Amino acid sequence: MANSSSIKIRTKRLDGNTQIRTLITHPMENGRNRDKIGNFIPAHHIQELWIEHNRKKVISCDMGGSISKNPYFDFLLKGGEVGDTVTVSWVDNLGNTDTKDQKIK
Amino acid sequence: MLKSRRNFIAKALSLGAYSLTIASGLLHSSLAHAQRLKFSLNNYHETIGYLFQGAELIDNHYKIQIYRLPKVAENGANVPIKVVSNFKDITKIYILVQNNPHPLSAEFTLSPAVAAQVSARLKMAKTSNVIVIVEADGKFYRKVKNVKVAKGGCGG
Repeated sequence: MANSSSIKIRTKRLDGNTQIRTLITHPMENGRNRDKIGNFIPAHHIQELWIEHNRKKVISCDMGGSISKNPYFDFLLKGGEVGDTVTVSWVDNLGNTDTKDQKIK
Repeated sequence: MLKSRRNFIAKALSLGAYSLTIASGLLHSSLAHAQRLKFSLNNYHETIGYLFQGAELIDNHYKIQIYRLPKVAENGANVPIKVVSNFKDITKIYILVQNNPHPLSAEFTLSPAVAAQVSARLKMAKTSNVIVIVEADGKFYRKVKNVKVAKGGCGG
């Protein structure tokens, strides 16, 4: 994906904290679904998602196939100033990975 | 004689290096396997036993709140959940769906830089208990909520 990232990030300042919402475009196939002719669709899901604040890891999430398709997460970062960098990255079971930076507004 | 000995040493060295790389590769893959094993266990009690090694789970603590989780989910493919907790030293939050083929859904590892507040969206195969387990101060706290699912979200 050259132009469009799979990750969308929205940040919002709330009472001195920062809410980070993220939406990732991903099929999250758990390997048990079948396609139209009855063959199993191979598992393809995110295994780990992590969030960095100014290049320091603050939260990570290990997940299996039972997170919904196009997963959505939100987190609350303590503090956080306007102009700080928030980075969201993920890696899936096929070794694909994506990462995106966003400045807190 | 001298030459063959040199040959032998060179061969022995290269063989040694080769077996070392194989061994380290194996080690790495087995570590990765252990890390993923918890997600492939297909029984709730087995998963709990594996994750917490028989540690006591303290039920229904008032410092764990679950929001957004519906009592009846029309579509099991997308069930929202938000977990908020007032414990001070939270290190992990586990979300499990008891009747899913693989009960463990997500495991959050928190650092002190974030508040104990996470939300996600789950898949649920059928009506089930959703279990949230919070690890704080080395103790485990559990909260259970039942969700009725009208249409399962794991099958095709």
